[in-house]
Amino acid sequence: MQLLELKDIYKTYFLGDIDVPVLKGVSFTIEKGELVALMGASGSGKSTLMNILGCLDHPTSGQYLLDGHDISHLSADGRALLRNSRIGFVFQNFNLLPRTSALDNVMMPLSYSTEHLSDHQARQRSEEMLNRLGLADRMNHEPSQLSGGQQQRVAIARSLINNPSILLADEPTGNLDSHTSEEILHLFQQLNKEQGLTIILVTHDAAIAHHAKRIIRISDGLIEGEIKTDEKIIPDAGGVK
Amino acid sequence: MRIYRTMSIALRALRRNPMRATLTTLGIIIGIAAVIAMMEIGNGASAAIQKSIVSMGSNMVMIQPGTAASGGVSFGAGSVMTLTPQDCEDILQQCHAVQYAAPIVQARTQVIYGNKNWVPFYIVGSTPAYLNIRNWTELAEGDVFTDKDVRNANKVCLVGNTLARELFEGVSPIGKEIRIKNVSFKVIGVLTVKGANMMGMDQDDIVIAPWTSIKYRVSGTSLGNVNQSSAASTSSTTVNSLSNLYPSSSLSLYPTQSTTQAADTPQPIRFANVDSILTSTAATENIPLAIKQVTAVLRERHHIHPEEPDDFSIRDMTEMVKTFTTATSLMTNLLLCVALISLVVGGVGIMNIMLVSVTERTREIGLRMSVGARGRDILRQFLVEAIVLCLIGGALGILLGHGGALLVKYFKHWPVETSLTAIIAAVLVSVSIGLIFGFYPAWKASRLDPIEALRYE
Repeated sequence: MQLLELKDIYKTYFLGDIDVPVLKGVSFTIEKGELVALMGASGSGKSTLMNILGCLDHPTSGQYLLDGHDISHLSADGRALLRNSRIGFVFQNFNLLPRTSALDNVMMPLSYSTEHLSDHQARQRSEEMLNRLGLADRMNHEPSQLSGGQQQRVAIARSLINNPSILLADEPTGNLDSHTSEEILHLFQQLNKEQGLTIILVTHDAAIAHHAKRIIRISDGLIEGEIKTDEKIIPDAGGVK
Repeated sequence: MRIYRTMSIALRALRRNPMRATLTTLGIIIGIAAVIAMMEIGNGASAAIQKSIVSMGSNMVMIQPGTAASGGVSFGAGSVMTLTPQDCEDILQQCHAVQYAAPIVQARTQVIYGNKNWVPFYIVGSTPAYLNIRNWTELAEGDVFTDKDVRNANKVCLVGNTLARELFEGVSPIGKEIRIKNVSFKVIGVLTVKGANMMGMDQDDIVIAPWTSIKYRVSGTSLGNVNQSSAASTSSTTVNSLSNLYPSSSLSLYPTQSTTQAADTPQPIRFANVDSILTSTAATENIPLAIKQVTAVLRERHHIHPEEPDDFSIRDMTEMVKTFTTATSLMTNLLLCVALISLVVGGVGIMNIMLVSVTERTREIGLRMSVGARGRDILRQFLVEAIVLCLIGGALGILLGHGGALLVKYFKHWPVETSLTAIIAAVLVSVSIGLIFGFYPAWKASRLDPIEALRYE
C-alpha cells in the first residue's frame, strides 16, 4: 500500500534577486512499512527534501500525497497538526529539552496532540514507550545524565509517542560512536520489522544507508537512482536526465 | 492544550533558571509592594480623617445668621440676628431630610469652681439634640439635661473632660455647682473624651447647658458682642444679682418704641434669637436635599422675596471633608504614580528577559513546532510564562507591601487599612503587565520558522 508519493517536487529558495533551485523535480513513492534511506552528499538537497517530507516546509511546485491526500498546500497550522499526528522526527543532535527528565521529554508532544489525554494517561503511555525502548530505569534522568545512545533512544521514544505513520530520522547516528550507531540502527530495523513502521533514514553515509531495504540516492536536487539493498543501481527513468 | 498543563510547563521552564526568574520579577515585586503599601497607608490616612470628621458630627449642616453691612463695611457673621428657636422647630417639623435640629447659643466667659477658674473654649447653650448631632450621646458620668430643663431654663450643665480635669482635679463633678459668670450651674453629667478636632481645637474644653439658661442667665448677648472687656465693663457697672432670668445686660434687639409708634405699627416682638442652628441628616447623601429644604423653610419664615438674598448662610462639612480627602488622595495618587512607574520598569525588565529567553530557546521552539506545536501554542506558552512570572512577582509584592505597611503601623503608629481592592487591583495589574510586556516576545517566538529554529546554534 502506497503511503506517500512525491510528484515532480520543485523547491526554490528566493534569496533577494537570486533564485536558488534546490529540488528540481523529485518524484518517488514510499510504501507502507518500508525502511528507506535517503542518501546524498551535503548540498544535494536531501535536507530540503526531508523538510518537505516532514511537513516542515511546502514545495514550490509539485504534489505531495500522503495516504492519497495532497498536502502540499496545507496552512502552517494544518501542517503542524499533521506533524503531530502522522510524523515522528529523530534528529542528529537529539534535540532533547535540557534540564527536563526523559519522561517529560517523551510526554512533550502529547501536550500538542488533539487526543487530549489526561495527565495520568499521558504519563502511563510515556512510561510504556520508554520501557519498550529499554529505558525503564532512566525515566527521571535528565539528558545530561544520559549517554548519547540513551539520549537518542529517548528522542525515538518521543517521536513514537503519538503513533506516527512515518518516522523521519535525520542522520540519527551522526553524533554516536560506531557501536551505539549499530544499536540504534538495529532498533530502527526492529521497529520496522515488528511494528511495520515506515522509516525514512536521511544520511550521507553509505554504510548506514545499507541498513535500509531501499536506498534513494539524491544528488544536486535530483533523484540519481535507487538501490534495493544487495542489488545494483537501477537507473531511475524520471530522475536522471 | 489545557491551561493547567501550560502553567506547569511555564513553571518548569522558569525553574530551569530560578536566579534569573527572581531577578526579573524583582521589578514587579517592588512595584506591587509599593502600590500595596501606598494604598494601605493612604486608606488608613483617609479613614483617620473620616473618623475625625465623624467625631465633629458627620452629617452636620450649620445655619448661621447673615451678615450685616453698612456703607460697605461688613460686620461679620452673626451681626444680624435672624435666627430664632422657632426657626429651629419649624426646620425640624417641615424638613424631612433633617433628622435633628438644635439651636445654639454661645458664650465665652470664666467658669469658677471653688478656688479654681478656667475659661472653656466652648460654652454652648443648646438642646439635648445637640449631643445627637455631634455623635456624643454617650456620657462618662451622669445624665443629659432634658427638654424640660430647656423650657425652664434650669441651671444645669454638662462639662467636658478637659474642664472637669482643670476644675475638679479627679473628684467627680457630678452634683457640684460651678459658676458661669456668677450664675451657679449644677453639673449633672460629664461628657466622654472626644479629643481634638481637625483644626486641633480641644473639643473636650466645653460646657453644655440648656440654651435658655445660657441665653437669659449668662450671655444675654449675641455672637455679635464678642468684646470681652466691654462685656466685663457692663457687668461691672451693673449689679449681677444671681439667677435673674432676664439680666439687665441683655441686649435689646430693637430700639424701644414710643407708645405712639407702638400703637401706629403693632408688631410682634421678636423675643429671642439664637447664634446659630445646628442640624444633621440621617445620611450624608441627604445633605444637599436638607440644605434645599432648610433654605426654603427659612426664606418662607423670614418673608424673603424671591429676588432678595438669604439673610442666613448654610454650611456643611462636605467641603471640609472634600478638602481633607483631596489632600490625602492627592498624596496617595502621587505616590501611586511613582509606584506605577516602577511597575512599568519592571514590565520592561520582564520583556527584556523574555526576549532573551526566546532567543536562547530558539531550538526548543523549533523542536516543539516540529512535534506539532502551532504558532499559537508557542505564543500561549511564552505568554503564560510571562504572566506566571508577573503573578509570582505580584504575590510576593502583595506580601512585601502588606508586611511593609504593618511595619509602618507597628513602628510609626500610622493608621493603616488593608484594602482588598488594592490586592485585587495588584493581581490584575501584574497579569496585565505580563500580558502586555510578554506579548511581543511571545509573538516573536510564535513567528519563528521551525526549520531555521531547529538549525539555530
